[in-house]
Amino acid sequence: MLADATTSQAALRRFLHGLPGVDQVGADARAAALATRSIKTDAKAFALDLAIRMVDLTTLEGADTPGKVRALCAKARRPDPADPSAPPVAAVCVYDDLVEVARAALGSSGVKVAAVATAFPSGRALLDVKLAETRDAVRAGADEVDMVIDRGAFLSGRYLEVLEEVRAVKQACGSVHLKVILETGELQTYDNVRRASWLAMMAGADFIKTSTGKISPAATLPVTLVMLEAVRDFRDATGRQVGVKAAGGIRAAKDALRYLVVVNETVGDDWLDPDWFRLGASSLLNDLLMQRTKLATGRYSGPDYFTLD
Amino acid sequence: MAGKTFTYAPAPESRAVVTLEPSYGLFVDGSFVDPVDGGVFATVNPADEQVLAQVSAAGARDVDRAVSAARAAYDGVWSRMPGAERGKYLFRIARILQERSRELAVLETLDNGKPIRESRDVDVPLAAAHFFYHAGWADKLEYAGLGPNPGPVGVVGQVIPWNFPLLMLAWKVAPALACGNTVVLKPAETTPLSALVFADICRQADLPAGVVNILTGAGETGRLVVEHPGIDKVAFTGSTEVGRQIARAVAGTGKRLTLELGGKGANIVFDDAPVDQAVEGIVNGIFFNQGHVCCAGSRLLVQESVADDVVDRLKRRLTTLRLGDPLDKNTDIGAINSAEQLARVRALADAGDEEGADRWSAPCALPDRGFWFPPTVFTGVSQAHRIAREEIFGPVLSVLTFRTPEEAVEKANNTPYGLSAGVWTEKGSRILSMAARLRAGVVWANTFNRFDPASPFGGYKESGYGREGGRHGLEAYLATEASA
Repeated sequence: MLADATTSQAALRRFLHGLPGVDQVGADARAAALATRSIKTDAKAFALDLAIRMVDLTTLEGADTPGKVRALCAKARRPDPADPSAPPVAAVCVYDDLVEVARAALGSSGVKVAAVATAFPSGRALLDVKLAETRDAVRAGADEVDMVIDRGAFLSGRYLEVLEEVRAVKQACGSVHLKVILETGELQTYDNVRRASWLAMMAGADFIKTSTGKISPAATLPVTLVMLEAVRDFRDATGRQVGVKAAGGIRAAKDALRYLVVVNETVGDDWLDPDWFRLGASSLLNDLLMQRTKLATGRYSGPDYFTLD
Repeated sequence: MAGKTFTYAPAPESRAVVTLEPSYGLFVDGSFVDPVDGGVFATVNPADEQVLAQVSAAGARDVDRAVSAARAAYDGVWSRMPGAERGKYLFRIARILQERSRELAVLETLDNGKPIRESRDVDVPLAAAHFFYHAGWADKLEYAGLGPNPGPVGVVGQVIPWNFPLLMLAWKVAPALACGNTVVLKPAETTPLSALVFADICRQADLPAGVVNILTGAGETGRLVVEHPGIDKVAFTGSTEVGRQIARAVAGTGKRLTLELGGKGANIVFDDAPVDQAVEGIVNGIFFNQGHVCCAGSRLLVQESVADDVVDRLKRRLTTLRLGDPLDKNTDIGAINSAEQLARVRALADAGDEEGADRWSAPCALPDRGFWFPPTVFTGVSQAHRIAREEIFGPVLSVLTFRTPEEAVEKANNTPYGLSAGVWTEKGSRILSMAARLRAGVVWANTFNRFDPASPFGGYKESGYGREGGRHGLEAYLATEASA
């Protein structure tokens, strides 16, 4: 069924527009209801550690230096120097020219290196350039590549173009995991989010990711809910499980726990794992650590008790 | 790390915000009094069967006293007071409801068995909203478009059900007071406590004595209130059976009457519906407040082409519903309100089995004590089944299918009731054409069980007559030159 859907622009359009619609009011209400869950004591301890293990610790600035990336890697391996029981994060996410630095700094720690590629964050470059960048990241040792879709092509209805581009990047990735960034803040409607999710999955994405973090709004709870429903339905239809990454704007531990609740009650245990759900963030980690310490000791310590980067 | 499953730790709301008296009197003429000729009865927590308090049952002479107090307050103060002044009292009550919202939410959950999530986020805020809304009307009744020189009707007798004790009180009391009437209200015998705290709120608001009188008791007390000759208008929300008795009792007396009775709402899902939100709407339609909702979407009519998909998604969704301690902030499904109601739900569910429908219940462990029933879905139901016709008033959904919009309308309207309906489709023109043809007081489009004080609510056929809320709801509490 899905193979037929990708044979032509018209067939792909028919398929994507045949997906069930998303009622925005209803999706927002469902996300808001899940956000009222009260996560306490043992459940909170479990969720805080899980959230830490799901973090893609990210620095995507023009001003990034090798020194900054090395510092971030040290933090990723051992987030809380005062408490070795704090787990390492899932990955460090950097621009592709810094992959080698991160790779060397992380060594055999198990923390993955994720590289943004394909003319991140705009995605506005020739396909050859995007593929060259992807190959470069893979060659430098990235475990995961985060690509952006061409939102211009998507919004003007050139779905096949988007599909073929994702396919080509996936091919260039080889066995390296491909995360496809939909930049949902630019897609705007939840119908677009669901269609883009399916499009990315049909093209071979291993993960679908909300945002670059450069556009506001970045990740939101209802958008993540819609994407989770899409990966659940996609697995029902094809048997293949795809991960979800919520990225950008998640700064507080409380928000991270809300994402975990949405994962838990939408797709369940199968996705409650760093292999299948990630939180892309830079400043979230310290709040997670602070709440973790609070839970263990009963007291809040100031921000200076946690490392800057 | 312990296991992979994300299990929520208990997160109970504290009971400490509620101070329960061992026993309660009747609220008559501005103070709590012992009954003259009534008895006492216990009100229990349906979640654990513990007795919460002893409550008075008002007898005939108690009803006399309350009606006289209401008449005196009506003649002496309330009906003569300028609307703007009445509005101030209503605003004050609304604000106190908000200030005491946590206490009221916990109390409502203890007495009723509904999840704290609902009493906290729905019942209490909506109750306050009704007082705010009607406070705004109190000095603008001339402009309600209901006729010239609108004035109050007199002393109003109100009998309310146990499913939304405080909210139903607000639906009844707020418009009555806004229009200048005085009130004798009887809450349901299984859920009297929030009404008694409301009595205290009336005192706190310095409401003139006798404007609101609250008589607790069972059906007999309700009958005495309804039949009392000093009552000018009766408002009742509850079962169709009791509604019939009241209509008979009131017939020929010249009393005005409004009835909000049972329902068997159709929730219609078309093949182009936003499917995940429709599933949420089905859940909200029938499992909200354990299905103890007269306008519940207890009949799911789903287009045949998507029926299997919708039912599969619904069942998957129901496995995540959390049933248990109603005071836990993560509980979705609380206790059935009483042993009698549980017996009725069980009997009707058993009738579904006997008639050959397929029963499926969400796999949740039921607590040992208290009154519990798991969220249940019957498939393979036809119009001829009792579970498709009778109001179950519990967490039981009957699933029927249809093929064309015509068939959906026919089946939806083929019921003695007509309180609510829902339509799920992405097609706006279809929503409008369905809404025009469905014989139901409320038709929700791509949502279900949403309430607002500005939106009138009421039924067709055996679901009663009259409207509550909105501009239309004022009509029952106003005498105008046109209606005189």
